[in-house]
Amino acid sequence: MTMYARTIPIAAAAHSKDASFEYLTTRKDELIGWARKFSIFPYPFVTACCAMEFMSVSASPYDTDRFGAALPRFSPRQADLLMVVGTVTHKQAPVLLKVYEQMCEPKWVMAFGVCATSGGFYQNYAALPGIDKVVPVDVYIPGCPPRPEMVIDGIMQLQEKIARSSHPIITKSF
Amino acid sequence: MASTLLDTLQQELVPAAGPAALSHGMLVFTLAPAELLPTVGRLQREFAFDIFLDVTAVDWLGQTPRFEVVHHFYSTVHKLRVRLKTRVPEADPCVDSLVPLYGSAAFMERECHDMYGIAFHGNADLRPILLYEGFVGHPLRKDYPKQQEQPLVPYRT
Repeated sequence: MTMYARTIPIAAAAHSKDASFEYLTTRKDELIGWARKFSIFPYPFVTACCAMEFMSVSASPYDTDRFGAALPRFSPRQADLLMVVGTVTHKQAPVLLKVYEQMCEPKWVMAFGVCATSGGFYQNYAALPGIDKVVPVDVYIPGCPPRPEMVIDGIMQLQEKIARSSHPIITKSF
Repeated sequence: MASTLLDTLQQELVPAAGPAALSHGMLVFTLAPAELLPTVGRLQREFAFDIFLDVTAVDWLGQTPRFEVVHHFYSTVHKLRVRLKTRVPEADPCVDSLVPLYGSAAFMERECHDMYGIAFHGNADLRPILLYEGFVGHPLRKDYPKQQEQPLVPYRT
């Protein structure tokens, strides 16, 4: 099983004297997917202690910019990836849903840490038992809090998912 | 200094406030609901307990009276804490509000009302502060089902 995204197959023009790229062949879905997977601007919906780990993974030692996912947009309308970092309470669930609904397609959601994934150890009146009760989730990252390596792995799996999915932007005329 | 003040408090307040106990250097009084406001007034005026620290409750499910409302005060002059316990019945769980004495009581009484359903006479604003409008019941009461949720957003299926 290949874990991570293939690079775009590039065929150099065989007859070119200087071996420069004169054309390349790829699938249109793959081309769009390749472009999109390296520009996932996150919107951090940060509610709890996982924020510390989010800061750590964003900062230079781990550097999510390598995956094109470093530039946090503080308006959901400019973001591609909703990172739900921390516990979401029932009182907060309407806010989360509103943020999600404001995001433009294409959009993806990451459940960062065990509380966002399942409610974690908060099985009580206050906490939402997993954000997937309210918004659809693309990638779950376990851990309390997750190690930066796990977050990076999650981002890479999301990239893989983006690269493999079909992109409705592609029509007959394109 | 602290021990002499404890002695004074014990002698001055015990007739009104019932038997006192010493717990970790903190004087603990058990009061009847009607004695709460006068006792707190005396603590504030005569004994310089100028900070209202906290109000919470304990749910002794199965005992009567069921609830115990617990107030904590601190004196920045004497560097001393005092705890007042008031038992209230399940049928009428209400005590006097301390808002006339300490402004900070307003929010803390709202929280206590959220979590235990204790009513505070004289607190005009007992809207939910940590819970939300429409929440039924009081989640820190022992008979509230542990995992009962009251979601505001319908769940995806």
